[in-house]
Amino acid sequence: MNALRFSDLTLGYDRHPAVHHLTAEIAGGSLTALVGPNGGGKSTLLKAITGALSPLEGRIDAGGLSRREIAYLPQIADIDRSFPISVYELVSTGLWNRTGIFGGVSKTDREAIFAALAAVGLSGFERRPIGTLSGGQMQRALFARLSLQNAKLVLLDEPFAAIDTRTTHDLVHMIEHWHAEGRTIVAVLHDFDLVRRHFPQSLLLAREGVAFGPTAQVLTPENLFRARHMIEAFDPHADLCVREVA
Amino acid sequence: MVYDMLIGPFVEFAFMKRALVGAFALALGAAPIGVFLMLRRLSLTGDAMAHAILPGAGVGYLVAGLSLPAMTIGGLVAGITVAVLAGLVARYTALKEDASLAAFYLLSLALGVMLVSLRGSNVDLLHVLFGTVLALDDATLLLLAGISSVTLLTLAAIYRPLVLECVDSGFLRSVSRAGTPIHLMFLALVVLNLVGGFHALGTLLAVGVMMLPAAGARLWTQDITRLLVVSVLAALVSGYAGLLFSYHVGVPAGPAIILSAGGFYLVSLLIGSEGGILRRLLPVRHLEA
Repeated sequence: MNALRFSDLTLGYDRHPAVHHLTAEIAGGSLTALVGPNGGGKSTLLKAITGALSPLEGRIDAGGLSRREIAYLPQIADIDRSFPISVYELVSTGLWNRTGIFGGVSKTDREAIFAALAAVGLSGFERRPIGTLSGGQMQRALFARLSLQNAKLVLLDEPFAAIDTRTTHDLVHMIEHWHAEGRTIVAVLHDFDLVRRHFPQSLLLAREGVAFGPTAQVLTPENLFRARHMIEAFDPHADLCVREVA
Repeated sequence: MVYDMLIGPFVEFAFMKRALVGAFALALGAAPIGVFLMLRRLSLTGDAMAHAILPGAGVGYLVAGLSLPAMTIGGLVAGITVAVLAGLVARYTALKEDASLAAFYLLSLALGVMLVSLRGSNVDLLHVLFGTVLALDDATLLLLAGISSVTLLTLAAIYRPLVLECVDSGFLRSVSRAGTPIHLMFLALVVLNLVGGFHALGTLLAVGVMMLPAAGARLWTQDITRLLVVSVLAALVSGYAGLLFSYHVGVPAGPAIILSAGGFYLVSLLIGSEGGILRRLLPVRHLEA
């Protein structure tokens, strides 16, 4: 399986680091929660894994996965919800890797789309315009699209922000299902109870990697206390980083 | 009687027949482009680009007089230059794309009017600004037909990524690198259709046949496919009705076509089934679920 390796990874914007000298290896097929305070670099790390952001220093090794083998659900999906297309059509774009620009949608594909919608509890919503969906229903539709993407690595950025308990429960169930299928999953989360119950391992990130390993050993009061105090204020006149590369 | 009203003029007069073919060709290409401009919230960009092609056509006119190829090529070059310059300024300076586009098209418009007036008479200037839909020669008709064919074929080919780029460009970026080339191809189609429209309707009115049917159609349907069909039909009918109106009442044909399209928009605004005014005012019982 393809492991995800960060070697002395520094990411940032305009030379200011958002992730600082992170080294970790996320095993292929594992289910990892990415936790930490706001501004700790979690979203930045996911963006860099998709290839949308280049490292300032160090390396990300996605085990040779190409961009089409990585599925990414951003924190705020920039979907134009007033655009006149149906839920079915939106979800069907998850088959892009198979259809590309010109490929047709076969009968098997159509069945796969209906099955994906059924799996997130949106049967009967196929013809509805996407503008009529509630926040939770939209998130369900995006999960249906993610499952159609059939990606080896799934990156979820705060998938349950502003989502009710029932929808969260259903979607966590889908994540566990993807995990059972052998996919590698990294999800940014803030609900520690949820993480303790469903995510075997965690990476606590507060610009620096604070702790990484089995969730019970990562989410300790000492680690969380350290994470809270590691985020320093933005300094526009910060000195050059001279840390020795390990 | 009815025949004389509705069909006679097009049978009797070759210039009416040509005008109708030209208006139909324009409608087929420009209306779908207008739908995508509207859905991407670029409605005013179409207007700005229409002004931007004027100096190119003006240079063509200075070099070769009222020559079809010279003015067409000049218009295309100017339109694409302004689109690219506006994009670059937006990317590399503090200005947003709308501000830089506004700046460039105003410069273009002033430059264009000055260039045309350097050599021509006011009649020529009116020709460029308001077109000559009643005097389309063979070459212009072929150009219009060619542009609408290229437009429809290209739209068919890039339809999927174009729609996805409109709905969820972030997702398109994550699965494909097609986004930027698709956007550029679409802008090229906009310029192409405006240049075609400018021969028939002039630079100022060419945008009308693009945007008015699209805006009206949006008040009738929530589905992108039906939206395209309705706006093309509305543009075709506007072309036909506008020519008839101009023939019977004796008013200029170009503005009559645009006013017909405008009539469709106003009627849709009033009684459209998806958000028309009457629909909002009439009390309707709500459903159980």
